[in-house]
Amino acid sequence: MIARLSVQGVAIQRGDRRLFEGFRLDLAAGEAAALTGANGAGKTSLLRAIAGFIRPTEGEIGFGGEDGRLLDPKEARSRDIHYLGHQDGLKTSRSVRDELVFQVRWTGGDAAEALAAAGTLRLTPLLDLEVRKLSAGQRRRLALARVIASRRALWLLDEPLAPLDAAHRAQVGELMAAHLADGGLIVAATHDPLPIPVKPAPVGA
Amino acid sequence: MGALALIFRRELALAWNGGGGPLLALGFYLAVATMIPLAAGLPISDTPATHRLAEVAPALAWVGLALASLLSLERLFERDFEDGALDLLALGPVSLEGVSAAKCLAQWTANGAPLALAAPLAAIALGASPTLAPLIVACAAIGGIAFAFMGGIGAALALGSRRGGLLIALIVLPLLAPPVIFGGEAITAFAAGLSWRGGLLMLTAYALAAAALAPFAMAAAWRNAAS
Repeated sequence: MIARLSVQGVAIQRGDRRLFEGFRLDLAAGEAAALTGANGAGKTSLLRAIAGFIRPTEGEIGFGGEDGRLLDPKEARSRDIHYLGHQDGLKTSRSVRDELVFQVRWTGGDAAEALAAAGTLRLTPLLDLEVRKLSAGQRRRLALARVIASRRALWLLDEPLAPLDAAHRAQVGELMAAHLADGGLIVAATHDPLPIPVKPAPVGA
Repeated sequence: MGALALIFRRELALAWNGGGGPLLALGFYLAVATMIPLAAGLPISDTPATHRLAEVAPALAWVGLALASLLSLERLFERDFEDGALDLLALGPVSLEGVSAAKCLAQWTANGAPLALAAPLAAIALGASPTLAPLIVACAAIGGIAFAFMGGIGAALALGSRRGGLLIALIVLPLLAPPVIFGGEAITAFAAGLSWRGGLLMLTAYALAAAALAPFAMAAAWRNAAS
């Protein structure tokens, strides 16, 4: 299980433009970091680099295990990272139930955990609807249900709360706090303050 | 194995319910098969046109099959790329190579297998001998595997490009030439009473090579598109 995230001197370049350089972040189990910065500063690129989708131009991204040893990044990513970007990968033509159960099982959980998470996020009455019928907030809750259902230590969240109403923001905040208390780690790109204690991590400043 | 079965079932469900995938390919195939006699001159019994058409019927059925199998390739990777599902698939328990192979197998099951069953009907309707039917099904089914995996390379390479469908056809059609040659050879040889095994074995070898190698090319193209 990932118990430590270490981002050392990372620079990311997209095309000809260098987004930022020398970015450092050390995160231990139970800690969360909030990536802040202007639009286009590179918050999403940094999350994608941690997830392994893009390669940093410079610097190192490493994952440590509970015993303090470095983990194989490929294996750590395939077992222990949840990435939730702007796009949630939900298929609009399939039912909420089918999509949630698939996403949860794909990330290592099972159907019972998927349905329990749907209950927690008050999605149970929507389970038989097509995903296309959901509102933006309901759809974001469905995407978050996957994250809380299958247990993975490091959550990479891109604007996780943006479309949610106040009550659900508070609830997701509690779920994040519970994840941290459980020894999880969270890196979230956000413009709004998160309802949990976070390490500030300005990007591109 | 469980995770591979999981992704295969998802891909199959998406291929079936996403805009009538297999029916579309089948409809296209039958429409092409119907157009050919109209263009070649109406086959009224025992005219030279009928014989001419009957001679090339298996070949026409085979080419139509290759074209029909191009139809749904565009959606193979593109829809997952557009809605972010590729990111989710990349963080799963199966490597991208495995996911790509599962996608192509599902593509074959949803499109290639129904087309293989329709192929002898098209050939016989065009005047081919009914005795050819079993061999045509076998060639179409095996060739369909090569079409699906080689097609997958085109689909992955075209990720993120506008008008990907046309690009895929241009990339993939040359890769489909060998199976068309081998399959056509087997069917023509059988019709002439010669040994047809060589063509079928070559076709099978090409399909197996495609299934073994294409997933690596697809995964590499996919990583490139995601970065």
